[in-house]
Amino acid sequence: MLDLILSIYEIPVINILVKIVAILVPLLLTVAYFTYLERKVIGYMQVRIGPNRVGPRGWLQPIADAMKLMFKEIIFPSGANRVLFIIAPTIAISTALAAWAVVPFGAEMVLADINVALLYILAMTSIGVYGVILAGWSSNSKYAIMSTLRTAAQVVSYEIAMGFALVGVVMAARSLNIGDIVQGQSGSGILGWYMWPLLPLFVIYFVSGVAETNRAPFDVAEGESEIVAGFHVEYSGILFAIFFLAEYANMILISVMAALLFMGGWLSPFAEVSFLGLGSSFLAGSSIIWLISKTIIFMFLFLWFRATFPRYRYDQIMRLGWKVFIPITIVWIYVVGIMYYAELAPWFIKG
Amino acid sequence: MKYLTQFFNSLFLAELFKGLGITGRYFFKKKITVQYPEEKTPQSFRFRGLHAQRRYANGEERCIACKLCEAICPALAISIESEEREDGTRRTKSYDIDLTKCIFCGFCEESCPVDSIVETRIFEYHGEEKSDLYMTKEKLLAVGDKYEEQIAADRAEDASYR
Repeated sequence: MLDLILSIYEIPVINILVKIVAILVPLLLTVAYFTYLERKVIGYMQVRIGPNRVGPRGWLQPIADAMKLMFKEIIFPSGANRVLFIIAPTIAISTALAAWAVVPFGAEMVLADINVALLYILAMTSIGVYGVILAGWSSNSKYAIMSTLRTAAQVVSYEIAMGFALVGVVMAARSLNIGDIVQGQSGSGILGWYMWPLLPLFVIYFVSGVAETNRAPFDVAEGESEIVAGFHVEYSGILFAIFFLAEYANMILISVMAALLFMGGWLSPFAEVSFLGLGSSFLAGSSIIWLISKTIIFMFLFLWFRATFPRYRYDQIMRLGWKVFIPITIVWIYVVGIMYYAELAPWFIKG
Repeated sequence: MKYLTQFFNSLFLAELFKGLGITGRYFFKKKITVQYPEEKTPQSFRFRGLHAQRRYANGEERCIACKLCEAICPALAISIESEEREDGTRRTKSYDIDLTKCIFCGFCEESCPVDSIVETRIFEYHGEEKSDLYMTKEKLLAVGDKYEEQIAADRAEDASYR
């Protein structure tokens, strides 16, 4: 009996495990070097150099940081709920990584090719908030609980705007499967991308993404200058590192989703464009390189925003979410509906 | 009309794009960081760092134990004991500056009638225990002997402004 079960599951299980490793190892490396890039980019924008001491040009800095955090003591505050204190970062990191299961990196390169991928990603990023809430509540600290209240309200508000923005994409692509959404943008190069007919939704999606990941200028949850570090103020050592990892993994997820849903993912901007004869050159081919470079644009935007904008006041964040973004998205969903019935080329042609 | 322009400005994030433009420009500017141990910023000849006691060219110590520096020191970091030497002159038996108290105001140097106590340009020093930062007469004279050339040059440069 056991042999039978193994013979059925053995190969696929190993196959899937290899795929998981192939996604997670580059992802975690990217996270590590994203922190380095962040310090460099923000440094450059402040006319500084940024880290350049550890290794050549500071390339070993993230590894040194990780080592330091690993060897540091984990402190449990008195009165903290120890079980939840450890579960909280676990939830944060597991949801942040689990969302990557449905992210396609190419036409066939996807771990779980499910039909509700978009819903799955929204669900996973929503559960991630529980990590923050539990962290703030279990650490028995005023600042942490303040931050938790802010985060909970902020993420709930922006999830609505984000969900509405994605409704526009789903209407255009007539599918929740991310691979199908990308395919729906193929056909006419850069003009075929959904960012053109859905431009307001695209902007709102990305800004909501910044708010969802609690990044500057929506980082009231961390608020270094007022509530010291927010929900993870009581965390130290590897548990703190895990929160950090989850935050950056989420940022990369938002970036890659923006690239997939609005900028044609792995499709080339030059595909089927007769201009300059580019349509037939190697640049026109779909490849993961396009997806990576589009993702890097959005990752850079995260850092650019942080280096530029002062933190929003809490009531301004709420006003922006409820009184600006949600009305705009609702209006634009109607506009998308009109475009849908007008069969506006090249995006809304019924296939 | 004014309200309308403001509405559209905020709707299309005009100010925010302006901000992004500024940081974007600074991203490519030449960086002003000074890589400290390898590069150093220029120092004034009036720099007030580690203290030193000077000697005359013939090797005689300058300090005459007038205790003006002890009197003026706002942090009470200086303590002096004086005695009469065999040749009949008044000299210090001990001259101590506690660097953990010192605020590097330079009043001791200003008050000194014989330019004995001075503050040098040295700022890269440390002590592994508290007593290392307790400068005795011997230590101060040693610093003075070692850096006399620099100290004299700095005083000479400053003299024209006094």
